Amino acid sequence: MKKILAIALALAMMMTASFAMAEEAIKIGVIGPMTGPYAVYGLAVQYGAQIAAEEINAQGGIQLEILAADDQGDGELGVNAYNDLLDDGANIMLATVTSGSCLAVSDVAYEERVFMLTPSGSADAITVGKDNIYRVCFKDSAQGLASAQYIADHKLATKIGVIYNNALDYSIGIYNSFKTKAAELGLEIVAEAAFSDDTNADFSVQISKMQEAGAELVFLPIYYTPASLILSQSASAGYSPIFFGVDGMDGILTLEGFDKTLAEGVMLLTPFSADAEDELTRNFVATYQAKYGEIPNQFAADAYDGVYALKAAIELAGITADTAPEDACDPMIAAMQQIEVAGLTGTMRWDATGEVDKTPTAVVIKDGVYVGAK
Amino acid sequence: MIQFLSYLVNGISLGSVYAIIALGYSMVYGIAKMLNFAHGDVIMVGAFVSFSATQYWGMSPLVSVVVAVAVCTLLGILIERLAYKPLRSATSLAVLITAIGMSWLLQNLALLIWGANPKSFTSIVNLGSIVLFDGQLRITSEAIVTVLANIVIMLVLTQFTGKTKMGKAMRAVSEDRGAAELMGINVNATISMTFAIGSGLAAIAGVLLCSAYPVLMPTTGSMPGIKAFTAAVFGGIGSIPGALIGGLLLGIIEILGKAYVSTELGDALVFAVLIIVLLVKPTGLLGKKVHEKV
Amino acid sequence: MKMKKFKNLSGNLITYAMVVVAFLLCELALSGMIDGFKMSRSLKGQLVPICVYIVMAVSLNLTVGISGELSLGHAGFMSLGAFSGILFSQWLLSAFPQTDLALVRLVGALITGGIVAAIAGVLIGIPVLRLRGDYLAIVTLAFGEIIRNLLNCVYFSLEGASVHFSFLDPNLPGTVVINGPMGAIGVKKLASFEAGFLLVLFTLVVVLNLINSRSGRAIMAIRDNRIAAESVGIHVTKYRMLAFVISAALAGMAGALYGLNYSTVQAAKFKFDTSILVLVFVVLGGIGNIRGSIIAATVLTVLPEMLRDFGTYRMLIYAIVLIVVMLATNSPMLRSTLDGLAGKLKNAKEGDKA
Repeated sequence: MKKILAIALALAMMMTASFAMAEEAIKIGVIGPMTGPYAVYGLAVQYGAQIAAEEINAQGGIQLEILAADDQGDGELGVNAYNDLLDDGANIMLATVTSGSCLAVSDVAYEERVFMLTPSGSADAITVGKDNIYRVCFKDSAQGLASAQYIADHKLATKIGVIYNNALDYSIGIYNSFKTKAAELGLEIVAEAAFSDDTNADFSVQISKMQEAGAELVFLPIYYTPASLILSQSASAGYSPIFFGVDGMDGILTLEGFDKTLAEGVMLLTPFSADAEDELTRNFVATYQAKYGEIPNQFAADAYDGVYALKAAIELAGITADTAPEDACDPMIAAMQQIEVAGLTGTMRWDATGEVDKTPTAVVIKDGVYVGAK
Repeated sequence: MIQFLSYLVNGISLGSVYAIIALGYSMVYGIAKMLNFAHGDVIMVGAFVSFSATQYWGMSPLVSVVVAVAVCTLLGILIERLAYKPLRSATSLAVLITAIGMSWLLQNLALLIWGANPKSFTSIVNLGSIVLFDGQLRITSEAIVTVLANIVIMLVLTQFTGKTKMGKAMRAVSEDRGAAELMGINVNATISMTFAIGSGLAAIAGVLLCSAYPVLMPTTGSMPGIKAFTAAVFGGIGSIPGALIGGLLLGIIEILGKAYVSTELGDALVFAVLIIVLLVKPTGLLGKKVHEKV
Repeated sequence: MKMKKFKNLSGNLITYAMVVVAFLLCELALSGMIDGFKMSRSLKGQLVPICVYIVMAVSLNLTVGISGELSLGHAGFMSLGAFSGILFSQWLLSAFPQTDLALVRLVGALITGGIVAAIAGVLIGIPVLRLRGDYLAIVTLAFGEIIRNLLNCVYFSLEGASVHFSFLDPNLPGTVVINGPMGAIGVKKLASFEAGFLLVLFTLVVVLNLINSRSGRAIMAIRDNRIAAESVGIHVTKYRMLAFVISAALAGMAGALYGLNYSTVQAAKFKFDTSILVLVFVVLGGIGNIRGSIIAATVLTVLPEMLRDFGTYRMLIYAIVLIVVMLATNSPMLRSTLDGLAGKLKNAKEGDKA
């Protein structure tokens, strides 16, 4: 025990020594699940941030370095990763990717006055009462509200079914706000069925419940992986309502081996689509594909935008690589409220609550591509 | 009534997938007397190999299954040689932990090889569904193939363990390892053989699992692995027909529980039923009663 | 006999001494009194989790090593402790907002966590302890999963001194404390390294005294030969239950400390993998070896953090290290080689003396 501690301490000291001779680049700490079941999201964020940093560095001017740390989507490991990144000399955090871990880490960052911008942690509570926590993505309740509003405005359906993930805060958060708003707007939720991460293979029961209740539209506040199973199992059950997703649904068309005809007619609200025709998106998708061999999803886009937002704020606040995280915090907060960034996920502005102001666009899948819905 | 039948059919489809995984689990347990927690991950590897064979190397689905079986059989032998064989005389807990380490190793290797992005597996049977009662009852071709595969595998395995020399050796090793050794049975070779067969079966299970539920990622095997383990215990671990029955019942209970009790508590129900069964029959439905030696 | 007793006592003393010395060293490093002997943030942040995992490992060792039952659901007790401890602590805060009761809340949370987990231990123990071997293992796994599944559906909120509860319905008046799958939120952190150290000491006192008591010897006799133990009049169920419940209670206390170390905790944290992780600590440290559990829990908690520089290969390397260590410590072939080497060294030394 003594020996081990001594070794651990020695190692820790070596780390402290190594970051004393910091280089000029400002270090941005990225925390997310890079192994385990949620690895797809953490790696996408890491890659997206990396591409943005390389572009910025190539322009000359301020130099950024991305330090990535794995938290497997877990709060405890998230806090460990956060501490490790600060040991390594991170100035600012672009973290964390998943909501659960983000809640735990954001509280520590708030107490210790470390500026943190979460690319994709969407739980409402992440930014509440914490002045130095900002976010790139929409908060969960905003997505639920927007979805209900869109469905009512466009009179898509009156009888609505919902399939949600009972063990995922993202899904529950969106669903709860959707439910409240739907009641206000006179939309009738005729069936609701849950699943959990452990029972996410067979959806026959959930689909039957939707079918029985005669739901004309099924709202899916879930990620695209289980959604792809719901689509294929609905098809084999001969059930074809309108499927309506949120930003987690983005990625379904890039799912390798997925039969795109199953997604025909699926609608979703998303701030990013990899098929968009604007130059920024095209370049990003091309670079990402060349570098990592995959088509980027919205997590990568959020991270890319996050790095550009941080860059704009860093320039405005005059942060350098020598600024300690605690000293960078207040200037960053002030700067974040003044910047406007035109990114992959839209033109973004932030207010003092830390929430982003951008508009989601509704798209519908036609012939295997996104088409802007009216 | 038709609704109930429909749930039942879905339950059998799900259960047949659990059963086919449980067969391999149960066989390895019965002979090597170890909980092979890496079994679920061998399934994942099998599915990935089959996926790569069809998507990247342009093989036909059936050939890809053969390739997957071959790769997994080799993998099973390799794992057994490297990790389990040196621990033959160690405590069962030591072997259990090594198996867990192996499970993490396989998952992380798969993450490095195939990446974190989930893949959508193209069903190898894809023959459409049988539609009855004006579309109120549908039976997918995957379900039929899986059930048939279960029956065939079960028959072959019972014949194999009952009739062939190797199979008899396996049963002898399972009954009493020491006595089998004294009778001149090569215990090590027999156990290696068991792993080879179990892992080959895992490849088939992986392909059928992903045909029925077409999402594939490095952690795909872990939850079905635990469920199949539960199914194997349910039916009486070590018993080949027990694994089949356990798997089917588990699937049916899960679906009916979700349908008539609560979709949130489907899992809790499965485990609750398992506990009740084990309290009534402490060695599972078809498990052998072990007499204690005094 | 006397000799053995003495050996036990000195062994225990070494264990206590090791923990105390490690604690003092950490405190010294934390205080920063000696130049160059400082602790990194990363290690500092892990101190409480290390204490928690030590308590988890020692308590599981009581079930697995001393009592000889393979339990795969230890994280279930931890989660009950975490959630009930948090609820108690937040309730005190909400009921008496004016008074500063930090210490009372912390101790109260630990006790609540321990009691709730102990009650669950009794309830689960009744059916579980009728089974044996791998069947017992799967039933503990099943209970662990059921607990997690149920916690995902539970909602608690506080309004002054009153507590509201609901199952599956998130709409509750007041401040929500336990929010279904989102877990416990807005927890006021109370855990400290000192508290963790005291909990480790408490656990050691309980477990080591139990092992060396009459009850402990009865428990080990049952483990070694149940029928023989029964025939000399040992009440088998009573003693197995005793070990199981104490183990559960300690895990509950560890859970409460864990819960109060973070502002949020989700039930998903306490899945099967966590139970397995603690089991790995126990087996790697040596089944029945309390000191081994402490060392293994510490090393294996710190190890993945030290491997961070390997990036995506980190968990791969962790898995390989685990397998290699298991093979090295358990393979008879490797062992005999090592023993042979050790013997030669010893001979050489004795030769020197002569």
